[in-house]
Amino acid sequence: MDDSVLIRTVDLVKVYPMGDQKLIALNKVNLILRKGEFAGLVGPSGSGKTTLLNIVGSLDVPTQGSAEVLGQKVETLSHKKAAELRNRHIGFIFQTFNLLPVYTVYENVEFPLLLLDLSATQRKKAVLDALEWVHLADRAKSKPPQLSGGESQRVAVARAMVKRPELVLADEPTANLDAENSHHILDTMEVLNRDLGTTFLFSTHDQKVIQHLHRKITLVDGRIAKDEIISAENQRERP
Amino acid sequence: MTILKLAVRNLLGGGMKSWLNAVVLSLAYVMIIWTQGLYQGMDQRVSRTMIDAAVGGGQYWVDGYDPYDPFTLQDAHLKVTGKLEEWTRSGDAAPVLIIQGTIYPNGRVQAALLKGIDPEQKVLMFPASFLKDPDNEIPALIGSRMAASTGLKTGDTVTVRWRDVHGTFDAQDLQIVRVMTTTVQTIDVGQIWVPLKKLEEMAGVENEATVVIVKKGLGQAADVPGWTFRDLDFLLQDIKQIVRSKTIGASIFYVFLLFLAMLAIFNTQVLSIFRRRKEIGTLMALGMTRGKVIALFTVEGALYAILAALIGAVYGIPLLAYFAAKGWALPAGTADSYGLALSEKLFPTYSAGLVIGTTVLVFIITTIVSFLPTKKIAALKPTEALRGKIS
Repeated sequence: MDDSVLIRTVDLVKVYPMGDQKLIALNKVNLILRKGEFAGLVGPSGSGKTTLLNIVGSLDVPTQGSAEVLGQKVETLSHKKAAELRNRHIGFIFQTFNLLPVYTVYENVEFPLLLLDLSATQRKKAVLDALEWVHLADRAKSKPPQLSGGESQRVAVARAMVKRPELVLADEPTANLDAENSHHILDTMEVLNRDLGTTFLFSTHDQKVIQHLHRKITLVDGRIAKDEIISAENQRERP
Repeated sequence: MTILKLAVRNLLGGGMKSWLNAVVLSLAYVMIIWTQGLYQGMDQRVSRTMIDAAVGGGQYWVDGYDPYDPFTLQDAHLKVTGKLEEWTRSGDAAPVLIIQGTIYPNGRVQAALLKGIDPEQKVLMFPASFLKDPDNEIPALIGSRMAASTGLKTGDTVTVRWRDVHGTFDAQDLQIVRVMTTTVQTIDVGQIWVPLKKLEEMAGVENEATVVIVKKGLGQAADVPGWTFRDLDFLLQDIKQIVRSKTIGASIFYVFLLFLAMLAIFNTQVLSIFRRRKEIGTLMALGMTRGKVIALFTVEGALYAILAALIGAVYGIPLLAYFAAKGWALPAGTADSYGLALSEKLFPTYSAGLVIGTTVLVFIITTIVSFLPTKKIAALKPTEALRGKIS
């Protein structure tokens, strides 16, 4: 596989049984995502965005076809190998933030590093760096219930980025945020994409996110209907 | 190590719920140790009292003697010779002659065992010296239970009838010189103690005994013809059996207590897995394997046992130490109902085995109970867990 290719799906199909019926969530999706991209899966609800994101994130497996992520075929990975892939190489950002409620901001961000068995010194440096990126160093001791929605999502970004993954998957990251916080969080992610070279793949139907994308992949009924590169000129045309 | 660290964070982050569970479990710890300690203390005290007052360091029984068969008494006497005689002379053994008799207290008829013992004996902690009374032809000593059942008291005279070795009936009056208070029922109920020499005369034997009680720590002599050695295991077996049956009775109580505590832990675990399914999904998304998530929840549950042990230690150690020092008073008049040589106060003893054994037992059971509900996690799909669903 070409070194610059991070994700490659070939005739990817995902079918969910619905009683006697079958729901085709993805229908022969062929996609290549290269390192350093800032791309988004867009489309209406039920178009297969989250399903594709889950398969690429090794949280789910395809019914047919192949999904290759960082050189590893998701459909052949054991639970343990899939967990290892997520742990080492993929960061997740969720619509509802999914912070661990009894942990402080610092502990939430530190969590992925604990699974990597890094030393306390390495962890501390990485966590403080990550909190600096999202401008939350002063909230390190706060607990999730004490944070606003915007702050919570910034903690989630820091948690996704703290281990410097090759790929960050963000599922509707701004759905629960107001416009100002949405732009703030997207700006932060764009900076991280530019400065650290991290690849971002979003699932969204939020125009605010779409305006930030460098590449827009439109899904309709489980198929890629359109795949477009957004020029820098168009990106700047933001409200 | 990471799992343990995370589990501690989760447990302490659980707030009041965690503390309540741990307090309930700590009650189980303390109650189990207390009740078992009580019976352990009872066992030790009863055994010690029995050894001091009744069984000594072991006994030689005339072959054919069976304390539960009064018909064996007719022939159960033999000359004390050889090593037994030597020990008796040196004060290391106390011969006891036993014959069946009938007493007539206050116009009633009552069977009684007449036991002859040397008033000078030093083997048992038994007030035999009162039998030295020179003013009485036949001084007799009875226990408080015998006194209560016959209505006899110090200074009373009672007629006793017995058969000598030739089968001839004879009768004579005994004078009660002392009513002794003892917790040991086996030297009290249905028995009258008289001087050994007197009883030998009454029975028509000389230097004979039914039982020879030896001093503690004396050990067993080589084979003594006509006599069978009964060691402490044999002599205390009935007492041990009673204590064991009482302990089993108490166990039902603590098993119930433990069951309630485990129910609380199980319930918490089931609820946790249901309520925290989104968190489980997040943990998996962040790279935790299912095995590690299961381990995390199991360790979290098992930590209740450790937290409970710590809480139990805070209030349990002073409480248990207080009872060990001051004793636990039995309700008035109930000590005898146990059928043991019990004093009115029980002093629990807590062996290291009891404390460590209970801690380990509770820890193992808590871990198993914590693990059982986590089987649901094994079937959980990360995508469904993230949506807050249970597969």
